Amino acid sequence: MVVYPYIPHTDEDREMMMQAIGIQSLEELYGDLGEDILLSDSVPISQGRSEDEVIRMVESIANRNERGIPFLGSGCYDHIIPSTVDAIASLPSFVTSYTPYQAEMSQGMLQVIYEFQSMICQLTGMDVSNASMYDGANALVEAANICVSFARGKHEVLVSPTIHPFALKVLQTWALGTEHRLVMLPEKNGVCDTSALGGMLGGNVGGVLVQSPNRYGFLEDYTGLSDIIHASGALLCVSADPMSLGMQKSQREWGADIAVGDTQPFGIPLSFGGPGCGYLAVVEPLLRKMPGRIVGATTDGKGNRGFVLTMQAREQHIKRERATSNICTNNSLAALMTTVYLSSVGWLGVKEAAHQCYVKSHYLEENLITLGGVELAWEQPFWCEFPLRFHDTKKMRKFIQELRNEHLFAGVRLQALTRCNEDELVLLVAVTEKRSREEIENYLAGARRVLR
Amino acid sequence: MSEALLVELSKKGRKAYCFPALDLPRGFEETVPALGEAFARKTDARLPEVSELDVVRHFTRLSNLAYGVDDGMYPLGSCTMKYNPKLSENLAKMPSFTSIHPLQDTSSTQGCLSLMYNLLEDLAAITGMSWGTLQGCAGAHGEYTGLKIIHAWFLSKGQAERDTVLVPESAHGTNPASAAMNGFKVEVVKSNAQGRVDLQDLEEKLDGSVAALMLTNPNTLGLFEKDILQIADMVHASGAKLYYDGANLNAIMGMATIGDMGFDVLHLNLHKTFATPHGGGGPGAGPVMVTSELRPFLPRPDIVLTDNTYSLEWNGEQSIGKTSMFWGNFLVLVRAYIYILRMGSQGLKAASEHAVLNANYLLWSLKDTFEIPYGDRCMHEFVASCQKLKDTYGISALDIAKAMIERGYHPPTMYFPSLVHEALMFEPTESESVETLDKLVATIKEIVKEGIADPEWIHGCPHNTVVGRLDEVKAVKEPNLRY
Repeated sequence: MVVYPYIPHTDEDREMMMQAIGIQSLEELYGDLGEDILLSDSVPISQGRSEDEVIRMVESIANRNERGIPFLGSGCYDHIIPSTVDAIASLPSFVTSYTPYQAEMSQGMLQVIYEFQSMICQLTGMDVSNASMYDGANALVEAANICVSFARGKHEVLVSPTIHPFALKVLQTWALGTEHRLVMLPEKNGVCDTSALGGMLGGNVGGVLVQSPNRYGFLEDYTGLSDIIHASGALLCVSADPMSLGMQKSQREWGADIAVGDTQPFGIPLSFGGPGCGYLAVVEPLLRKMPGRIVGATTDGKGNRGFVLTMQAREQHIKRERATSNICTNNSLAALMTTVYLSSVGWLGVKEAAHQCYVKSHYLEENLITLGGVELAWEQPFWCEFPLRFHDTKKMRKFIQELRNEHLFAGVRLQALTRCNEDELVLLVAVTEKRSREEIENYLAGARRVLR
Repeated sequence: MSEALLVELSKKGRKAYCFPALDLPRGFEETVPALGEAFARKTDARLPEVSELDVVRHFTRLSNLAYGVDDGMYPLGSCTMKYNPKLSENLAKMPSFTSIHPLQDTSSTQGCLSLMYNLLEDLAAITGMSWGTLQGCAGAHGEYTGLKIIHAWFLSKGQAERDTVLVPESAHGTNPASAAMNGFKVEVVKSNAQGRVDLQDLEEKLDGSVAALMLTNPNTLGLFEKDILQIADMVHASGAKLYYDGANLNAIMGMATIGDMGFDVLHLNLHKTFATPHGGGGPGAGPVMVTSELRPFLPRPDIVLTDNTYSLEWNGEQSIGKTSMFWGNFLVLVRAYIYILRMGSQGLKAASEHAVLNANYLLWSLKDTFEIPYGDRCMHEFVASCQKLKDTYGISALDIAKAMIERGYHPPTMYFPSLVHEALMFEPTESESVETLDKLVATIKEIVKEGIADPEWIHGCPHNTVVGRLDEVKAVKEPNLRY
């Protein structure tokens, strides 16, 4: 018989095993399937290939991608990743382990998650974090879910119009067909306009979702927001790029009840957008409303510290349809990458990277504006990404093409995210600490050729 | 030896990584206005301050306190802990994948898009469905997406009254939880004495309020639902849809397709069936595949191929929208695609056959040690019961599991499904050799023997791990969830 990859059985093994269990052929194991279901032909995919053939084939697929210097952000950022991250995230006992149900033999991963939760709490200022979510958009969905479930009769969630367009789509899909309603707040000059909020709260409103830096890269001012929201009995959820928390106020400092976002900027490569790693942290009173895994420290019979999955009475395998969420598998290995990243750079490193993003993005923005023909879409403070407005689409297309000829990806077209014609002249430009002086100057040189 | 928290090893001023110095023109930095007072952070975060070697040793030691398929056998039922090929790991790290931004113009991401397109084609062929989405990040996420599609289909037909999802008693907890997250009510369909769906109970519950029946086939007892075609007819005659939970697909790849069994929607767990690593609890991938009838309801964007060029198609009025931030867990998709390329059509079939052979051999080897309540044949997994051991000798499923840890094995799934008392659910997968299975059996037999002779020993297991049985009540009563 043919030897198949990753199956260790020899002919002799098969014979012996079949004899033991009393069958003549492997087909007998499928007696329950019946003639109507059993396939007579093999499924129409290709035949197996050797390792070497697969390497050649996959390399040729990968080579169809064009690599460039990304000034692209919009929810996925090209930051520096210390070598420690990939080295640790490749250790086979982490990579090939299951969710740590059996605590005594899973202390390693449990402790990693405990450290991850701790770091998320430190960055956001919140009391408790879970073990990770799929991505930032799904973390936002779970936050909305908390908002409509923490108290009876709450069905509505007020949503900032400046959250990431894709996160908004994911949120809308969550509400589809359910009793949950999303109500959009107004937008003014590129930020969420919260002046009318007072009149919109109360009744069925369970919470308010906002994002800073927002979809344009602007920082939003939430001064006084939590007081108004809390007075109405609703919750405030602030979504934030976690690296921005090296400079801007933490969710706790804004008075938020729920903090969400994606830790992709911390040690997780672009990878065509996935996997990322959602984070979700809350104030203590919401602990039992949290979705997903939570790791806690406890002791064994001898008093040794150990870690376990805890607060499981919230979860699907215990509570089934009454669980706080359906999430089971989350993004542990990505959370580990973030944990190793933060362990490597430390708080000073987070602040340094955040500061360099701020300074470098302002350097590019100032120099671009000076060229004329483009402007900042609105006058608002930004952190590492800014919306550049062109005067006509032809110029904008030429700009993008000119830079691409130099292997620079100039930015994300806002219209590609929102599918709205009114956004067609806006280009979102991100500059992280990873962009070197040379790359930025090349960008400016290309821009100069088009704009001047 | 237990490991300190890294932050406990901190020393002020120590660094494991230094960012390159800011290289902008001299003096520019000072001209950038500081962040306004209203926006600026006032508090510090406490993160480790350690050297690079501290980081490496800390996490390497922690990895020594973890246990993966690479360490040893992992017969965890319903989780399909098969070998994760190194080839997939190596190729998924190619910079031509990892350095690609999701929002690059599609003309520069033809490699990624072609891989995703070809993976969808293969998955459609393997499952016998029309098309699908790769946005699902895990099994439960796929369930959520699939049920959302069913929900949208009924809404489009003006049948909002179909607000109930049926799940069998033996269903995974995610099934009812995903239904609830979609706003559905959940009703449980009984199992019959043979461990399969009770057709009479199903008939009674299939009224005009039912939107879907969710099934795993083979079910969580490791039994094939023989009546599947009849079940499909019943469900469809009532106007409802049939949902396939792909958790147990590893039993039947290449033997039957899900489409032929009459299912309308399914999700796959690429991190089970298609050999991508579990990563200590993710990231996984949960693609959703549908029949042509439901195709317009799939999330956007779709991946389309026209004139040899792949693009993202956003249009589609009936689409449920979007379920993940970008296009899905791409690097997990890469690994699954590589596995399919390696195995090919015959290889996937062989994987299923050997998974089932291994499970039956293990069942046969253990049938005198445990009770096997649902007969002497199984598909890729089976459920054993320790009830008799418990009644006679006080040895519980938990005791057996903890003693297996003591002997260096990851235990089977415990206390699931709840239909079986003192349940241990074994799934050996096709990866394990007969010698490994024989050793596992010998170890389990020794454990039982020793547990009978020395109850104190088995109740105290594990003895030689870094920690003993942990106080879970204390963990809940006195939550310590961060440093």
